Amino acid sequence: MSNINPSGWRPTTPQASGAAGDDVTFTGNRALMLEEALIFEIGSTETTGVDFGTAPRATSRLGGLERTDTIGLPGLSEPETVRHYTRLSRQNYAIDLGLFPLGSCTMKHNPRLNEKMARLPGFADIHPLQPVDTVQGALGVINELAQWLVTLTGMHGVAMTPKAGAHGELCGILCIKAALEARGEDRRVLLVPTSAHGTNPATAAFAGFTVEDIPATHDGRVDLEALKARLGPDVAGVMITNPNTCGLFERDMKAISDAVHAAGGYVYCDGANFNAIVGRVRPGDLGIDAMHINLHKTFSTPHGGGGPGSGPVVLSEALSPYGPLPFTELYADGHITLVEEETVGDRHPHTFGRMTAFQGQMGMFTRALTYILSHGADGLRQVAEDSVLNANYVLRAMEDVLDAPFAKSGPCMHEAIFSDKGLPEGFSTIDIAKGLIDEGFHPMTVYFPLVVHGAMLVEPTETESKATLDQFIGALRSVANRAKQGDPALKAAPALAPRRRLDETAAARKPVLVWKDAALAQAAE
Amino acid sequence: MRYLPLTEADRSAMLGVIGAKSIDDLFVDVPAEARLSGPIAGLPLHASELAVERHMTRLAAKNLSAGAAPFFLGCGAYRHHVPASVDHIIQRGEFLTSYTPYQPEIAQGTLQVMFEFQSQIARLLGCDVANASMYDGSTACWEAITMARRVTKRAKAILSGGLHPHYVSVANTMAKYTGDQLVTSLPTLSPTPDTDDLIAQIDDDTSCVVVQYPDILGRIADLSKLAEAAHAKKALLIAVVTEPVALGAIKSPGEMGADIVVGEGQSLGVGLQFGGPYVGLFACSEKLVRQMPGRLCGQTVDAEGKRGFVLTLSTREQHIRREKATSNICTSSVLCALAMSVHMTLLGEKGLRDLAAINHAGASAAADRLAQVKGVDLITPTFFNEFTVKLSKEARPIVRALADKGILAGVSLGRLYPGIADLENGLVVAVTETTTQEDVETLASALEEALA
Repeated sequence: MSNINPSGWRPTTPQASGAAGDDVTFTGNRALMLEEALIFEIGSTETTGVDFGTAPRATSRLGGLERTDTIGLPGLSEPETVRHYTRLSRQNYAIDLGLFPLGSCTMKHNPRLNEKMARLPGFADIHPLQPVDTVQGALGVINELAQWLVTLTGMHGVAMTPKAGAHGELCGILCIKAALEARGEDRRVLLVPTSAHGTNPATAAFAGFTVEDIPATHDGRVDLEALKARLGPDVAGVMITNPNTCGLFERDMKAISDAVHAAGGYVYCDGANFNAIVGRVRPGDLGIDAMHINLHKTFSTPHGGGGPGSGPVVLSEALSPYGPLPFTELYADGHITLVEEETVGDRHPHTFGRMTAFQGQMGMFTRALTYILSHGADGLRQVAEDSVLNANYVLRAMEDVLDAPFAKSGPCMHEAIFSDKGLPEGFSTIDIAKGLIDEGFHPMTVYFPLVVHGAMLVEPTETESKATLDQFIGALRSVANRAKQGDPALKAAPALAPRRRLDETAAARKPVLVWKDAALAQAAE
Repeated sequence: MRYLPLTEADRSAMLGVIGAKSIDDLFVDVPAEARLSGPIAGLPLHASELAVERHMTRLAAKNLSAGAAPFFLGCGAYRHHVPASVDHIIQRGEFLTSYTPYQPEIAQGTLQVMFEFQSQIARLLGCDVANASMYDGSTACWEAITMARRVTKRAKAILSGGLHPHYVSVANTMAKYTGDQLVTSLPTLSPTPDTDDLIAQIDDDTSCVVVQYPDILGRIADLSKLAEAAHAKKALLIAVVTEPVALGAIKSPGEMGADIVVGEGQSLGVGLQFGGPYVGLFACSEKLVRQMPGRLCGQTVDAEGKRGFVLTLSTREQHIRREKATSNICTSSVLCALAMSVHMTLLGEKGLRDLAAINHAGASAAADRLAQVKGVDLITPTFFNEFTVKLSKEARPIVRALADKGILAGVSLGRLYPGIADLENGLVVAVTETTTQEDVETLASALEEALA
């Protein structure tokens, strides 16, 4: 040994007592865990990271409204800018770093080919109001993606413009409203189960509907008989998530649709969980009239820290005439036109109108189409199968440690649900979630759906390997056991993240929403 | 399939643990008649990265990209140079592939970006507070109108004729279902916006006046009088900014008394992208904040007293309030907000002012040059980087004819206002730092020829 290492050098060994939180450094940094100030604390209004030539002198045509105040926008040089944001990025968990098991969010791998394709100048650098002859390829992307979505869902048409899932819900609900108006019927009630995403009742209320609950059976599904009993001439329709937010397939979906249709209503399906069934089940075969598809879930466009999303809505033959403007139309000669206000004429007279400026989330269409073409019909089917397999594997590996309220109901779909039943006094779902953070995993969706007490909804997705799942299961079992044994350290978790638990109560009581600096504020006055 | 890590051996082992004979056992709850037995017929099967790239590249090549042509389009989407580091930063996996920051201990990166973005936007628009972004300008505009109704408990909104017609269209669609009454009008090819007409229409039932600044034709009006008139009747003034670079040169709407300022942030950092994704801006005065839609990030401390950031005031939002929420919105446009924020940080105040000055000077020179062309009249005496000319012929066919020659000449008002004879000769021309003098000369010559 001494021959090899005559200097006396030894590998470092941590001090037995050295908990990470006890180390105090001059900077507040902990090696690779770097603190970063706000741009307002490190930048200045005179610094810029962009070089411009001098503006040619010109007479102002600003109508005497020149801006004379100090705006107060800090600038940084380019190296400082890159470092600022790179340091901040390292305080984020991300799919690129590890399993992100958020139920109903479908945090799957985001292939970089999709990013590359979206950045081709032919897609990224075209203006939404260019003459249609100069954007045939872009309209081709929209049209090709639309065809895929219609075929995969077995529906009649698709509205491509909604900007996100909730915007898609609104689109579908407005189609239902328009269809009812066309029939001269004033049906006011939409039936929505308690297990629904919060956007469902919010959307229904926004469109002027009254929301009523649909009772669930003890096995976590819609109670068909109770639903049938409530249907009547005041019911506009139902909003049902399938697979539902308890991770179960609604076995009676077709019967539900038939009953709603027989009573003169429409069936809206929240398509947030389409990933579980893509390529294996077509919602159109279940009698669905409208369903939004979160391209950022099933079709892997990046979540980006909270948007942008994209929420095209597939429509049945009954609702298609009411879909929004604009949309693409393919002619036999291959030319594609954009049907908008000026060209709609009498071709789509029942449209409920426009939901957004321009054509929707083109950048997301390009990514989603790239993803779909990569998988093909066979790969997409495998997506559903592997996502369901992964979720069932987690369910069975955990059910002896955590309460799985519907485990006896049969297999789950692409997410497994657990409750906080059996945890000792003072311990709850939040402690398990925060404990997972220290283990290097993002927590699952917590306290949703509302129908399960202390819900933990785990969606591994199909892009996780068995080895990753095994490690996650090991970590979750360990944390769950610590909670069951009442380990006080868990109440203080996370201890190893860039921040400990944050005071959300104080943040809401006295909101500080923008940076304020006395010196700069005075200068502005 | 390259995105799916499970091997066949993994799958069998996992089925064994689950106690299922085959994958079909896991789909037993799907009614037999709805089960598909194999890949959907008629659809292509999986393809290599190379094959997909080839297909997409072919489609992209069918488009005439702005960078490949003299380019003058604006009207709600603007082409600016985006520094290379912006795109590098938004492609950091930690930003690109993260989720809404519901677990703040491991999302401080996104949360601090949101907080910085809110602060930058509030300052740029001249308001107390801003949210963490909306879908786009048009939906933000509608959300502002409904917010004004909640605040004033009145339902009549007066929309300026200078408001982007798509924004008006979106508001019209939504108002049909919410009971808001909208008073709308068309723009006229006149030197001044419709400020006086708007003031004359404000009454005790008015919830808000909505005005675009600069407006759809590029005109700039002082909003102070309008704000005073609205406030005198206890109505709100909503200002809509579709070109935020302008606020490096002209007064902010907040400074002139706007209560809510919304806008489209696309022109900084985001790019044209054929209309989306973009980033909606939403700012207002402090006293209105609890009526605001959308995500908000706030400053707080952690258990050790360290500064940190969290999503806050979520009792306004759908996941808590459900049918009583201020909006059904469940997301924002964080990655686009990040791009915009990075671009603003690179520019800083000095850079933004320089950029604005270059845009204005370029547009002034272009307006003067085009006005020399026989058959071209400059309509707008005030403008920032976008102005309107009236041609001696209908503009729409001319725009198409010039596109055939590889010139993207601007937005014809016939495209935006079909069937309105008074507007059909109007052409809106935008000029930014990306426009060269040579581009302007090319456009001028082409117009000369087309109008001869």
